[in-house]
Amino acid sequence: MISSYDIYLLCAAGLILIGLFGLARRVHLLHKILSLNVMGAGVFMLLLTLATRADFPDAVPQALVLTGIVVAISATALGLSLMQRLEKLSDTQRAQLDEDAL
Amino acid sequence: MSVLLPGLVLWPLVCASVLAIWPKSTKTVVLFAMVGTALLSIAVFSVPQGNWVLGGWAVPLGIGWRLDALSQLMIVLTGVVGLLISLYAWFDDSLPRPFWLLWLGAWAAMNALYLAADVFNIYVTLELLGLSAIALVAISLKAGALQAAMRYLLVSLLGSMLFLLGVALLYGQFGVLDMRLLANAMTFNFSMVFALAVMSVGLMAKTAVFPLHSWLPLAHGRAPAAVSAILSALVIKASFYLLIRLWLEVFAPIPTESLVYSLWALGSMALLWGAWQALASQQLKPMVAWSTVAQVGYLVIGLGLVVHPNTPTGINTPEGWLWGLLWLMMAHALAKSAMFLAAGNLQQAAGHDLLANMGDVMRSQPKTLFAFGLAGVSLAGLPVSAGFLAKWWLLELGLFHQAWWLVLVMVIASLLTAGYVFRVLNIALNTELKSTRVGEILGSIHPARQWISLSLAMLGLLAGLHANWVWGG
Repeated sequence: MISSYDIYLLCAAGLILIGLFGLARRVHLLHKILSLNVMGAGVFMLLLTLATRADFPDAVPQALVLTGIVVAISATALGLSLMQRLEKLSDTQRAQLDEDAL
Repeated sequence: MSVLLPGLVLWPLVCASVLAIWPKSTKTVVLFAMVGTALLSIAVFSVPQGNWVLGGWAVPLGIGWRLDALSQLMIVLTGVVGLLISLYAWFDDSLPRPFWLLWLGAWAAMNALYLAADVFNIYVTLELLGLSAIALVAISLKAGALQAAMRYLLVSLLGSMLFLLGVALLYGQFGVLDMRLLANAMTFNFSMVFALAVMSVGLMAKTAVFPLHSWLPLAHGRAPAAVSAILSALVIKASFYLLIRLWLEVFAPIPTESLVYSLWALGSMALLWGAWQALASQQLKPMVAWSTVAQVGYLVIGLGLVVHPNTPTGINTPEGWLWGLLWLMMAHALAKSAMFLAAGNLQQAAGHDLLANMGDVMRSQPKTLFAFGLAGVSLAGLPVSAGFLAKWWLLELGLFHQAWWLVLVMVIASLLTAGYVFRVLNIALNTELKSTRVGEILGSIHPARQWISLSLAMLGLLAGLHANWVWGG
């Protein structure tokens, strides 16, 4: 019998895998940055699910998730501003990574 | 708690805030910031080791700090190398002002990371360090640098997310975050092997261990020289320090022989591939950056050798092997920062980065060239340098485990390292080798910058002569 706890855990794992897939396969940088956010949501969901295991809700994972969200937002902001400038400077006006590696 | 420790984190941050408010007095404030932070870092040796809780909050919600021999040495290393690189940047007028804000932020983040006692605060400091480092790569705002910074951003964020996933698994299993409590409670089961694997992959992406290295030559090759030196010498050491903490302390009962062999394999491939690419590189700074990929291989092999279940704890001292790993990090930090700063001097004077046309510029800067050569000697592991001791230690441990192929790989990699260093020296010293274009010397380099890269290289040499202060325990 699957409990609601298991469903939450499976959803968290699914979100992490979707994020990883998007990061690897999508070309546009906005997709890549959003994929990282989806993956982050999966990790936060895992933490929150773990908080419900005891009889009363555990405050520590919730504090961790709050801090984590703040960190993720600043990282996303940096990524988006980098992406915008990259788009302006690139020859093709596209926000994507060059294929050439050094 | 001693007032020194919060100062390590607060002083650079306060100075950075003053810089942001008062743009006019940049040079003076920066001088105060870097000398102050470096003095605090060196004074850490006099602080008794111990554990503290900041602000009086109880541990799971409050922030716990601890100072032990490992974090002391990392803070001192960051302080000394950071001060010399800052002085170099101080004499380099081509760096924009935001460099100082970001670099002081990164310095504070590194000190906080070495002091953090629980895995979640480590995640926060790791992310702070990553964000400042990414912005530092993009600081020139050229298209190539932005591409490199974007790549670095994606890898770095993925790495921290994987680390956080591991933190969640640890908290789910044990309900604590403090590293010593985790180490006491650790048992061997599948979810902990998974947590170790996930966290290691995340940190290895940030350290640029072989299959996850492709961002590093771009980021370190296209950033300004002072930034490359900071990233190669200090920032990747922070994530490697965490790998040491995880493998040797938190997850101490987990590493099995197969995990150790996979570390050896990754390290060997990094050594050979990095050195080969450095040898094939036509440009100076990408060559030095590829050499970092190779040297990270030595670090990973060293870690694999120390965590091998058969490694006895202690040859001369209770934790003798661990000192070798620290020594390896220190030797690389000194040599690689000297090498990048020397490369920056040459590149700025020549106005280009093409190795084959640099002969005249190199001959015009004998001190820089000497620094480059000395750093190369330490990287290749020729006797009396700090690198020689580190590599001798690695070979000794490899022979102890009878891993003959590993010893062979390390010897070949040393030869390749000598190869790419001597190729540069050959271009400089062999006057019969005509460059395809008449090299003109564009910019003049402040003599202090030449002396700074030379003094970093000399420190690497002197450390080799006075090794007993750290190896003695």
